[in-house]
Amino acid sequence: MKPANILIVLVTGMCLSIIPLGAAMAASAKDNYRTYCAQCHGLQGNGQGINVRDMSVQPRNHTDVVYMSSRSDQDLFTADKKGGLAINKSVLMPPWGDTLNDQEIHAMVQYLRKLCRCQEGKQ
Amino acid sequence: MNHKKTYLKKISGAIAGVGILAIATISPAHADNVSAGMGILQNRCASCHNLTGPPPKTLKALWARKAPDLFYAGNKFQKSWLISWLQKPVRIRPAGEFYAEHIKPGPVHDEVDESTLKPHMALSKADAVQVAAALMTLKGHSDLITKEHMSPGTISKTMGKMVFDKFLGCIACHRISPNYGGLSGPELYTAGSRLQPAFMASYIRSPQAWDPKIWMPNKHVNDARIQQLVHYLESMKGGNPQ
Repeated sequence: MKPANILIVLVTGMCLSIIPLGAAMAASAKDNYRTYCAQCHGLQGNGQGINVRDMSVQPRNHTDVVYMSSRSDQDLFTADKKGGLAINKSVLMPPWGDTLNDQEIHAMVQYLRKLCRCQEGKQ
Repeated sequence: MNHKKTYLKKISGAIAGVGILAIATISPAHADNVSAGMGILQNRCASCHNLTGPPPKTLKALWARKAPDLFYAGNKFQKSWLISWLQKPVRIRPAGEFYAEHIKPGPVHDEVDESTLKPHMALSKADAVQVAAALMTLKGHSDLITKEHMSPGTISKTMGKMVFDKFLGCIACHRISPNYGGLSGPELYTAGSRLQPAFMASYIRSPQAWDPKIWMPNKHVNDARIQQLVHYLESMKGGNPQ
């Protein structure tokens, strides 16, 4: 076998062994949302979770296109990872950095963009 | 070689000594209770409660969990509370376990779907005593408990509530009276009679160390605040809701 072919086999093998492991580690953003975010932001992402009645600051409505398009992806990432205080928002939004890894938080930002059907700066 | 043999002799002697001491300190009646309680746990509780660990490692496993894990019950609960609660169980998690399986969209906000929640079975006093004795022997995560050093102390209700509610936002998910607070976490207005202080401290320090996929975040609460929170929760014994 030519050295180039050996290299291809080795790299392919490494990818096959790494990808399933990574896929198992990172849950989908939709599943993470249902598990961690829905308790306050609601099953439908409308900011109306089961916990909202007595909260002094109401959770963000993630389907609010005007507000959500005004926040940058970086802000959403920071709020998710480090909590509301990190972007001068409420302490009621906790940091999820010990629950979700960076890959999952990036995926969550994209999921939030799906919920609002908006992009940063674009409604 | 001789040195090794002597060392082994000493070790086996020490183990035998500890064993004799353990047998001498555990009364036959207590041992009977533990054994009978284990039988009840295996036959009537294990279909919903995880008695052996490990906790769920994936979201799908977390969603499938029907009731709290009990493999660390002896490090978590107060025995007197267990005996009492098992005879007259009252729901601790307003939205059950796993919460998202028991909620539905409502006219204003999501609501608990009561039709999906079943009451916990009640035990006779004799069974409750036996099950509590057995549960207290389940000591998963003792390594985490030994890391905690709680100082005895108190905190005023006002300050405690301030820390819990305003500084840390725990109120979002936990109730501190039967009709005030969030619903996705266990109620805490009986925490003081239900939970051991070191467990509360350790769980607040890192919920993920106990239950990797749990929906309670790690808020990186510092030691001083953990002490304040636990002193506040210790005062919540159910009789005087705040």
